[in-house]
Amino acid sequence: MRVELDEPKCVASGQCVLAAPEVFDQRDEDGIAFLLDETPGADSLDGVREAVAVCPAAAIRLAER
Amino acid sequence: MKRIVVVGASAAGLAAAETLRREGYDGTLTLVGDEPHPPYDRPPLSKQVLAAEWPPERVRLRPPADLAALGLDQRLGVAATGMDVADQALRLADGSVLPYDGLVIATGVRPRRLPGEGAHVLRTLSDALTLRDRLRPGLRLVVVGAGFLGAEAAAVAWKLGARVTLLEPAPVPLAHAVGEEVGRVLSRAHLERGVDLRTGVTVTEVTEEGVRLGDGREVEADEVLVAVGSLPNTEWLAGSGLTVADGVVCDQYCAAAPGVYAAGDVARWHHPHFGVRMRIEHRTNAAEQGMAAARNLLNPEAAKPFAPVPYFWSDQYDLKIQAYGYLRGHDELAFVDGDLAEGHFVAAYRTGDRLAGALAVGMPPKTIRRWRQAVAAGASWKEVVG
Ligand SMILES: Cc1cc2nc3c(=O)[nH]c(=O)nc-3n(C[C@H](O)[C@H](O)[C@H](O)COP(=O)(O)OP(=O)(O)OC[C@H]3O[C@@H](n4cnc5c(N)ncnc54)[C@H](O)[C@@H]3O)c2cc1C
Ligand code: SF4
Repeated sequence: MRVELDEPKCVASGQCVLAAPEVFDQRDEDGIAFLLDETPGADSLDGVREAVAVCPAAAIRLAER
Repeated sequence: MKRIVVVGASAAGLAAAETLRREGYDGTLTLVGDEPHPPYDRPPLSKQVLAAEWPPERVRLRPPADLAALGLDQRLGVAATGMDVADQALRLADGSVLPYDGLVIATGVRPRRLPGEGAHVLRTLSDALTLRDRLRPGLRLVVVGAGFLGAEAAAVAWKLGARVTLLEPAPVPLAHAVGEEVGRVLSRAHLERGVDLRTGVTVTEVTEEGVRLGDGREVEADEVLVAVGSLPNTEWLAGSGLTVADGVVCDQYCAAAPGVYAAGDVARWHHPHFGVRMRIEHRTNAAEQGMAAARNLLNPEAAKPFAPVPYFWSDQYDLKIQAYGYLRGHDELAFVDGDLAEGHFVAAYRTGDRLAGALAVGMPPKTIRRWRQAVAAGASWKEVVG
């Protein structure tokens, strides 16, 4: 799977990091999210889906192949 | 279960619909929404949309293809007008009747208004675009209500060069929500920029010239924005058999009746950890509760109590405010981290002997996460603050 992050939409809530800490992290200076892994393995699927669902900025998308 | 209806096509309703599919529900899934648009997001309306930084398309919650993949029976631009838990059927404004096996109510809230004509409110995309088109340098804007919404709108209008007057009935804005000390810090942000924040001022009506105050005087304005709170959209549930009391009353599983759940701004549910019935108008709660309601609807025998750590954020000028927990009715507030004079800090809130919540302004994510964890763990005040 491929994860897309629309960075300018991010509001630095940190919900994605709680849902999938192996895929998402936040910048120290402003809390904006970034991807640790753009193509995480199947193990991360549930966590990434959770992040997509809870992101309060609709900034995350799961592009399945 | 073969027929599930979700009423309200916004953050909570969409989260419920997506979760139903994700959990394997493959029956008919009807999404009813009275707005003509596919689900869109509200927080940017008082921020990037009002500031004309984003075109309106940018607020849609999902790309059309992702929505289509859910296989929804979408009824947009049609209001639900009534239901009856005994019949398990929903009535729509176009005359149709939808029988259901499961129902999720996510009809949100609408702005409270003041007597008089011609004032703006800010809840929908069209509200935001209408106000956006009026904002210009030199415009005299009166914002009634210095809550989060009023403060955000005032900040955007100020940035665009409007002359903003912010009228607030309380002595300190937001004191009931975040405490007096933090309310005062947030007030300073307005005053430092020359926004004319006046507290202890009640507005009784909107007039031709502007607004009339409780003492009979008038404040003149070219445009008026009324941001004085909201009312749950529950009128359509009259006679439904559900209990409505400032929101749809639910148990800790978000159930309002067997097979009927509520989520988002409209839901008043029993939060098991805080031990109170609460109704929260926060964006993350809408999504989380929509998910929880969907899961419990599909699997009532294994239902899980909905016990989130409430979270909200607000952007005002260059301030990013983030709060976790339940701050209302707190007994004590302490500044526990950061540097108040420099404008970045963490405030902790005590209710009883527990850390009930924390609010951060301009703090790094790791610090904020630490405080969230403490709130989630129900940490004792002694342990974390001393
Ligand atoms: C301008 C603005 C800025 C905000 N900023 C923030 C922020 O910075 N941070 C934060 O945490 N939260 C913020 N919020 C709050 C957040 O947007 C809400 O908590 C969230 O939208 C709630 O989602 P919901 O789905 O429960 O309700 P809503 O978004 O209100 O959606 C309910 C939907 O149901 C529809 N409906 C109502 N009655 C009927 C009916 N009878 N039949 C069919 N459909 C019906 C409504 O028209 C609406 O489309 C903001 C809200 C606004 C308006
Ligand atoms: S959940 Fe969304 S808004 Fe929050 S930090 Fe992650 S990407 Fe940003």
